[in-house]
Amino acid sequence: MTRYLVLAGQTLVAVALAPALAGFIRWLKARLQGRRGAPPWQPYFDVRKLFGKEAVVSHTASWIFKATPFLVFGTTVVVASLVPVVVAQVSPFVVGDLFAAVYLLLLGTFFLALAGLDTGSPFGGMGASREMTVVALTEPTVALSIVALALNAGSTSFSQIVAHTLTQPSAALGPGHLLAFAALFIVTLAETGRLPVDNPSTHLELTMIHEAMVLEYSGPYLALIEWGAALKLLVFLTLAANLFMPWGIALSLAPMALLIGLGSVIAKLGVLAAAIAVLETRVAKLRLFRVPELLSVSFVLALLAVMSTFLAR
Amino acid sequence: MDVIGVALWVMVAGYMGGAGLALMAPSPRAVRVITGIGAVVGSAAGLAAALTVLATHRPFEVVLPNLAATTGGVAIRLDLLGALFLALVAAVSLPAAIYGIAYTAAYDGRRSLRAFGLMFNGFLLGMSLVPSAGNVFTFLLAWELMAVTSYFLVLTESEHSDTREAGLWYAAMTHFGFVLLVPMFLMMAPGADATTFADLRAGAAGLSPAARNGVFLLAVVAFGSKAGLVPLHVWLPRAHPAAPSHVSALMSGAMIKLGIYGLMRVTIDLLGTGPEWWGGVVLVAGSLTALVGVLYALAENDLKRLLAYSSVENIGVIALGIGAGLVLQSYGLHSLALVGFGAALLHSVNHACFKGLLFLATGNVVHRAHTRNMEHMGGLIKGMPQTAAFFLIGSAAAAALPPLNGFASEWMVFQALLSGAQIPRPEIAIGTPLAVGVLALTSGLAAACFVKAFGISFLALPRSDAAARAREVHWSTRAMMAVLALGCVVLGLEAPRALGHMYRILDSLSPFPGAAPPSPATSGTGVWLLSPNGIARASPLLIACLLTLVVMVVAIAIRARGLAVRPADTWGCGRIRQTPRMEYTSSAFAEPLRRIFSELYRPTEDLSVIVHPESPYFVRSITYTSQVVPWLERALYDPVIRGVRTLATYVRRLQAGSVHVYLLYIAGALAVAFVSAWWAE
Repeated sequence: MTRYLVLAGQTLVAVALAPALAGFIRWLKARLQGRRGAPPWQPYFDVRKLFGKEAVVSHTASWIFKATPFLVFGTTVVVASLVPVVVAQVSPFVVGDLFAAVYLLLLGTFFLALAGLDTGSPFGGMGASREMTVVALTEPTVALSIVALALNAGSTSFSQIVAHTLTQPSAALGPGHLLAFAALFIVTLAETGRLPVDNPSTHLELTMIHEAMVLEYSGPYLALIEWGAALKLLVFLTLAANLFMPWGIALSLAPMALLIGLGSVIAKLGVLAAAIAVLETRVAKLRLFRVPELLSVSFVLALLAVMSTFLAR
Repeated sequence: MDVIGVALWVMVAGYMGGAGLALMAPSPRAVRVITGIGAVVGSAAGLAAALTVLATHRPFEVVLPNLAATTGGVAIRLDLLGALFLALVAAVSLPAAIYGIAYTAAYDGRRSLRAFGLMFNGFLLGMSLVPSAGNVFTFLLAWELMAVTSYFLVLTESEHSDTREAGLWYAAMTHFGFVLLVPMFLMMAPGADATTFADLRAGAAGLSPAARNGVFLLAVVAFGSKAGLVPLHVWLPRAHPAAPSHVSALMSGAMIKLGIYGLMRVTIDLLGTGPEWWGGVVLVAGSLTALVGVLYALAENDLKRLLAYSSVENIGVIALGIGAGLVLQSYGLHSLALVGFGAALLHSVNHACFKGLLFLATGNVVHRAHTRNMEHMGGLIKGMPQTAAFFLIGSAAAAALPPLNGFASEWMVFQALLSGAQIPRPEIAIGTPLAVGVLALTSGLAAACFVKAFGISFLALPRSDAAARAREVHWSTRAMMAVLALGCVVLGLEAPRALGHMYRILDSLSPFPGAAPPSPATSGTGVWLLSPNGIARASPLLIACLLTLVVMVVAIAIRARGLAVRPADTWGCGRIRQTPRMEYTSSAFAEPLRRIFSELYRPTEDLSVIVHPESPYFVRSITYTSQVVPWLERALYDPVIRGVRTLATYVRRLQAGSVHVYLLYIAGALAVAFVSAWWAE
């Protein structure tokens, strides 16, 4: 019973922290660019405001448009429940492994793209088309990074990978792990719509990918989608943090261990978020047709990770 | 004679009755109903027979030695593997037959429905007999019956030149396969009077390695041409769109799976374990098939061609499972190999279900929109809400999204390939992860492809008057789609149990008896899909429950706060009225990927701008045409076609038209016959 509660609790922590993570990156970016910036907790106010507003829905849209925000938020929450955020050893109650997480996220993206097409707006179609392109091209890298991790740990289960890295700290600094981390980090940028693939703060329609796709959303629907997007970012960063650097994660359900687990994951997320903020300040957005080159770089990194894992054995 | 025998006789009688009576029925309506009833009786009985065999685990055997005695007689042997594929065929033909009764009403008075009824039932009979065959003669007879009748079904709308061309391609490819099947069986048969599969199995053990390799390669090419392995897939995107939609559903859902059946029967069952390069060949073919299939599907604007290419892709996924299994088997890792083969079988069943559904739904769409071109559809979800919902379920399953059925089998293929990566040989340890990458890319592209298929056809504003006026078709067609959609959901949620059945079927085959592995992977009980070592697991059922729970909680919470919705126009930068011309089109949706993979597509583009004579800045009209020409096909097939033509002109000299020359031929043939008879003495 406690395990269920801890699992539910860790998922809720992830859901609750997600807007703060997005806000923190935005705030830090503003500071780095010499602006004052909104405080890191601003997204909470935004979400609250949006929940209180009415939603404007196009005449053209069907039920798909209205169902999608719930599905997108729902799939992201389910994925968050699979990921070891604070505790690693809850495996009997986790309903899927890494591949299942990838496909669940794909389910959300699938419906988001359909919703983009649903209103008949050219921006929606443009965003949907580009988003599906980017997502399809990231899939092989994600899969190969999973293979590189799974070859070391002998399984694609989250808790098994974490446990293995903890018992063999030398493997965590091996070339296989580092290359896979680099590959997964590039994919994270692409999947969560960050620079240099997509610009989360652009409002020029022709350059948008994710934002163009959700352009028609407003009110509570938009709140769910934005929250879901923030949660997706948190999930990817948690994966990068806890699968590759699991130190500090709680291995038992003792309150102290859980506190350390929570503290360490917040610290790790802070570091990765800072890295993204610095990166976004430093690089410019790539042209859409240069994105495949970046993604093929990440694919090669992941392939090298697999090969070095094989050679290291 | 037990229950299974009776059911099989009823099956044959049903199909034959449907075929025969359809020829004699008085009115077009009666022809349609009789065709349907015969097919329904036949497939229901076939399903009953197959399910009984699967439930009792007892193979059924009957030999009719007096029927065509010189060839060894007709032998029926329904073992578990055969029963699975018979069940698959029957489970797709049952809804397709009922769907066809209303669907073929469009042909009333236009075309001979009698001949259609004959061919339709003959086709179903052939497909049902292929997995039931117990000896070479019966197998080849059923195979040929299936090929010939389906050829005529493809030619149903033979007034279009496209259809006739499709028929020619189909006939050529299917007979190419048949021509290779005969030497394959000849190489295996130990003697002229021993042609049952049991004899072949016994004889295969004594073959030389070279002969075994030859049989294997012939099997891959011959059955690959039926299944649609690249580059032998060329007939699929031609024949599937040409045939009536319920026939496409049968060809895509059931018939190409019989190619998979043949491949598994010959390689796994009859030949047994081979060298590891067998698996390598199938893995490479599978990767190529999956990738090429999905990439062409993505570029396609014709909805039925898109689905046909998507079938090619799924055959590739199935081949990846088989290839992983063959590699693992060659290293003696039988319990891991079981996972690969099991995943392949499960994906065969799953693909039959969702592709059958998608083709039936497309049939209704084409019926109402009067076109297969997605650029003229759109907004169909308003007029055809149920068809749209069914098509969406099929699309999500085809994109392997959890918790529907495509997800479970692809997850298992991933796990099987991952097991292959553990083998300490460089080419395998690098090759299988690459196959994982290909499979992941394929599923990502498949998701993009089905977003396009559903989104462009069913959502937004209608792009033509026919699409705007579209209404639901007869209730019986929708009921049949509902059955298949339910199948997609149930097979997805109950995938672990289905997979357990697949493992048991494989366990009963000769290379595996007693190889029942200790791992929980074979138990297949409970709600968990398990990796071979039992550590990684996923549960479609629990994922579905959890997802439903979260969505419900969020929906209730938002409803409780009160959700005010104001309808308005789509935002369009201040323009007044929204028209369908502003929507993203099918070509536009695929454009980024078409550019990225332009090497494969090599599209021909033609842009002509007519400007105002006074100033080039005032444009009067822009015409843009772009076409994707499958260059791979051209490069491979054009030389072959040219060669055959040249050969044909030479051969034509034999047909001189002179009676004297023909008499000479007869005399010569007689002389050869005498000499060979004398030689044999």
